[in-house]
Amino acid sequence: MTGHTKSPSSAPKTVKSNKAPKLSWLGPGVVLGGLIPMAVLVWDAYSGALGANPVQRSIQQSGLLALVILLASLLCTPLRMVTGWTWPPRIRKALGLLAFLYAALHMVLYFAVDHGLELKVIVEDVLKRPFITVGFAAVVILGILALTSTKGAVRRLGFVRWQRLHRWVYAAAGLAALHFVWQTKKDLREPLLYAGILAVLLALRVFYGLRKKRARAAVGTATRSS
Amino acid sequence: MSQMPPEESKSDLQTEPSRIVKPSESKPVGRREFIKNAALMTGTVVGVGGGLELLTRRASAAAPVAGSLIGSKRPLGPYDTTEAQTSYQNITTYNNFYEFGTDKAEPAQRAGTLKTRPWTVLLDGEVKKPQRIDIDTLQSWFPLEDRVYRMRCVEGWSMVIPWFGFPLAALVRRMNPTGKAKYIQFTALNDPKQMPGQLDGVLEWPYVEGLRLDEALHPLAFLAVGIQGRVLPNQNGAPLRLVVPWKYGFKGIKSIVRITLTEKMPATTWALSSPGEYGFYANVNPKVDHPRWSQATERRIGELSRRPTLPFNGYAREVASLYSGMDLRRNF
Repeated sequence: MTGHTKSPSSAPKTVKSNKAPKLSWLGPGVVLGGLIPMAVLVWDAYSGALGANPVQRSIQQSGLLALVILLASLLCTPLRMVTGWTWPPRIRKALGLLAFLYAALHMVLYFAVDHGLELKVIVEDVLKRPFITVGFAAVVILGILALTSTKGAVRRLGFVRWQRLHRWVYAAAGLAALHFVWQTKKDLREPLLYAGILAVLLALRVFYGLRKKRARAAVGTATRSS
Repeated sequence: MSQMPPEESKSDLQTEPSRIVKPSESKPVGRREFIKNAALMTGTVVGVGGGLELLTRRASAAAPVAGSLIGSKRPLGPYDTTEAQTSYQNITTYNNFYEFGTDKAEPAQRAGTLKTRPWTVLLDGEVKKPQRIDIDTLQSWFPLEDRVYRMRCVEGWSMVIPWFGFPLAALVRRMNPTGKAKYIQFTALNDPKQMPGQLDGVLEWPYVEGLRLDEALHPLAFLAVGIQGRVLPNQNGAPLRLVVPWKYGFKGIKSIVRITLTEKMPATTWALSSPGEYGFYANVNPKVDHPRWSQATERRIGELSRRPTLPFNGYAREVASLYSGMDLRRNF
């Protein structure tokens, strides 16, 4: 998942360079940490700690995990833009793949365990129930992004096209947040909190994007007028 | 390619140089370096894993202490179901009681603040003589009995609960309704000090529910003061709650402080909060979906797969005649 962490060593301390620190522990740490909730979920299911309705609880938790990790992956780039840190984008891909993992688990639990893989129910749910439709669409988008998350895919698509494709992650996150809001019976505080975080992250990207464009345009006019 | 923002390209390509393994790096890593990296990685694992757990895991409530015994078992009666009963643990730890929070485990965890004695119930409205009555006196008016009922929540799960209490009809008759009484309205306690969930403003408080008078007089309609012959746990609506087994669970108002007979249909809490989703009648009906989810099936708590939901929650033979000629799709 994280190709750049293959080598466990790091540069000798005596060598001072402008290169970012290797942080060989970061990628594996994030992946292992991201898998902990999966292990705990399995343990909770086994030990009965999921309560009276374990199917519903596991569906809710896996869905929330997917959304939280997806938002964390979207936090990476704004975090670098604001702070200048270089480590957040290095765990972005791992977070994105973890988010897809939990989203897929969430969907499989819903269709396979909750509804016993009854095709009629699945088709009806996806077509007739808007909150399922948007949730399903979000998982499909994340699946496509996961499939094209390799270096080979970047090469095949070309960076610009690949980047344009991967901007769909914001659509997936928006649909996921909407899915969370729509499935809630009444207490909207938690889903709206996550939707708000997403809105802030998106706003930051738009703000920085516009600023960059303006800066570039300014440079363009400057060179033309000279 | 000219569109490519320089920052983006850096972030995606900056890791490339580090992949080139220099000869110096292929040497065994120093012990200190190794320990430091292991510690940092462990910290990351714990931080990421712990943070995610903190944000997404909800502990289920621990097994509550069973209340004191107030009645004894009797043979099943004509209104009891012989289906397997839901465990006491599940009945008392998986509750919708928004006065104590919207999570199912919260009522069991937080309802300790509710004081159920002393407790009075105001009986008023279209009655010959309004009165405020102590709960223990009220309870002593009627012989208490078991009722094993199915309970179907509007969210798509169900239980089989051995209630303990008395028929609502007995109380309505005792209240001496005037000729104008057409409906019955129930009001729950409104006291954020005892019910901390009321501070959240998720619903309008107090919680209000109601029935048509003929529904209230039906022998299935029940007021519970216990479960399994034991005093009702706070999280289940102590000291007095309504049980209407052919309607969705939200009709079963908990911790009742006032019962009023009225001429007009009472404005009930969930119907006020989302009129398109919850109606006054709220009869269990597999053919009328909730606008956002299907009501065709339900999960019986304790079972893995779903089962079909029955019209009037399986009590159609007893109660369907109450609604003859009514469009149940409109009067949901």
